[in-house]
Amino acid sequence: MTIAAPDAPLLQVGTLTKTFGGFTALDNISVDIRKGERFGLIGPNGSGKTTLINCISGALKPQAGSVVFCGEDITQLSPHLRARRGIARSFQIPRPFKSMTVLENLMVGLDFAAAGSAAAEEEIAMSILTRMGLAAKAMAPSDTLSQVELRKMELARAMAVRPKLLISDEAMAGLSSSEVDEVLDLLISLGEEDITIIMIEHIMQAVMRFSERVMCLDAGKIIALGEPAEVMANKRVQEAYLGT
Amino acid sequence: MNKRSHSIAFWAGVAVFLVAVLSMTQIVRNEYPFFAGYVILQFIALAVAWTILGGYAGYVNFGTNAFFGVGVYTAVALFKATGAPLVVQIAAAAVVGMLLGFGVGLLTLRMRGIFFSIATIALAIIIETFVMNWRFVGGAAGIQLQRPPVMAPFDSYVKMLFFVQAILVVIAVGIARYIQNSRMGRGLQALRDDELAAECTGVPTLKLKLVACMISGALMSAVGAPAAMYLQYADPSSAFNLTYSVSALAMSLIGGTAHWIGPVLGAILLGSTQQFLAVTISSEVNVLVLGIMLVLFVVGAPKGIIGLLRPRYRLRAGGKQ
Repeated sequence: MTIAAPDAPLLQVGTLTKTFGGFTALDNISVDIRKGERFGLIGPNGSGKTTLINCISGALKPQAGSVVFCGEDITQLSPHLRARRGIARSFQIPRPFKSMTVLENLMVGLDFAAAGSAAAEEEIAMSILTRMGLAAKAMAPSDTLSQVELRKMELARAMAVRPKLLISDEAMAGLSSSEVDEVLDLLISLGEEDITIIMIEHIMQAVMRFSERVMCLDAGKIIALGEPAEVMANKRVQEAYLGT
Repeated sequence: MNKRSHSIAFWAGVAVFLVAVLSMTQIVRNEYPFFAGYVILQFIALAVAWTILGGYAGYVNFGTNAFFGVGVYTAVALFKATGAPLVVQIAAAAVVGMLLGFGVGLLTLRMRGIFFSIATIALAIIIETFVMNWRFVGGAAGIQLQRPPVMAPFDSYVKMLFFVQAILVVIAVGIARYIQNSRMGRGLQALRDDELAAECTGVPTLKLKLVACMISGALMSAVGAPAAMYLQYADPSSAFNLTYSVSALAMSLIGGTAHWIGPVLGAILLGSTQQFLAVTISSEVNVLVLGIMLVLFVVGAPKGIIGLLRPRYRLRAGGKQ
C-alpha cells in the first residue's frame, strides 16, 4: 500500500453503514473520490445521498466503516476539524448565519477554518464574493437575499473554508433554468481550480454536464457508478427513478 | 471611528466612571444612594454576564439565580470558615461559578432552546435544596454575618461594596466587549444562528459554548459574592431567588443582546425603575413592572433599546429554535 501517492484518492469512503433505529440509510458504501474530480451523486428521495455527505462532513457518525481524507482517518473527527482539514459543504436547505451580512458569513469560515490576518481575510472574502457574483451584496444582511443569492452565498461560505473538497447538496433545487446554469457554471469553474467537488443533484441535465463520474444510490446501496452516460443508461437506475 | 480610537474612548469612559464612583463615595454622606446604587450595579453586571451566554450564544439561561446563590454561599462559607477578606471571597466565588458554568456548558451538548432553559431552572432548585440542608451555612433559616471593619479610604461598608460592585461591572463589561470584538464573538454569533452550519464552517461550537458558560458563570457568581456582606445576612430562598434570573434576562432583552451596551442600558432602566417603585409604591410592584416592560419591548422593540437606537444591530433577541 502506498501512502499519499500522487494519484491516491482524496477521499476514501470504506464500507460505511449508517442506521437510524431499524432503518438502514447507508448499507456498506465504499467509494473513492480522486483529487480534482467532479463527482455527481444521484438517487431518488430517501436513497441516502444526504446521509452519505453528512457522514463525510461529520454531521453524522456512521455505525461502521471509515472515512479517510488525504490519507488520514477522519471517521471520529467533529465537523469543525474536518472543515479545517479542507472539507466544506453547502446545505440542501440554505442555512445562512442570518444575523450577519453576506461578508460576515464568509468571515466565519475565514476566521475559524483558514486563519490569516483580518485585513487579508476581508480581501479574500471579497474576491470569493466577486467570483460568485455577490460582490454587490457583500454588506447586505443575509436574510434579505433571494433564493439564488442564498444558494450562491452557501457556496461562497463553503469556499471561504478554503476547501480541498467541496460538497454541494442540491445547490440548484428550486432555481429557474437560467439560474441553474449560472450556479452550474460557478461549480464547474471551481472544479477547474483543483477543488474536488461532490455534487448532489436531481436536475439530470446539470448532473450530466457537470460530472466526470456519477454514483447512483437507492435505498442506501450503490446501484451504479461510472461515466454519466453509462449510469443514465443503466436499467436499475432508470427503475429506481421511474419505478418498475 | 476606527477600532483603536473606539478602545481609547471606551477605556477613558471606564476611567471616568470609576473616578466618579470613587469620588461619590468620598463626598456623599447619605448612605441610601449607595444602598440603592449597589443593587443597580449588581444588576448591570448580572445582565452583562447573562448576555455573554444568553445573547451572544443564544442559550437562554434561567439559572442566573443558581450562579448568584452559589456566589453568595461560597463567600459565606469561606468567610465563616476562614474569615477570608472580600477580595478572596469574590475570587473564590468566581472559580466555583466557573466550574458550575462548565457543568452547564456540558448540558448544551444535548439540550437546546427551551430544554436547556428548563434544565438550568432545575439546576438552581437542586443547589438551593442542597444549601437549605447545609447546617454550616445556616440551612434554611439563613445566617447572620458580622461585617469586618471597613478599609480606607471608605467610611462605610456599603460605600465600599458600592465601589467593589462598580469594579465588577467594569470587569464584566470589559470581558463582554472583548468577546464581542474577537473571533470568539463571531463564532458565538454563528453558532447562535445555526449550530450545524457553524460547525461545518470550522467553528468549534462545543468549545466556544463551554468557554461562554464558564465566563458567564464566573461573573455571575462573583457578582453574588458581596451580597451577603451587603445584607449582613444570607438565606437560601433570597440568595437563590428566581427574581435574579428573570431580571437579568429581562434587562438583557429589553436593552438588546447584540451589543454589551444593551444589558447595561436595560439594567439601568429597569434597575432604577425598580428602586424607585420599591420606595414609592411597594417592592412587589417591581415584578409587575418588569413583566409589563418585557411584554412592551417584545412587541414594540424586539431588538431592545439598541435595536431602536441603531438599526444595524438587527440581531434576534436571544433564544434558539
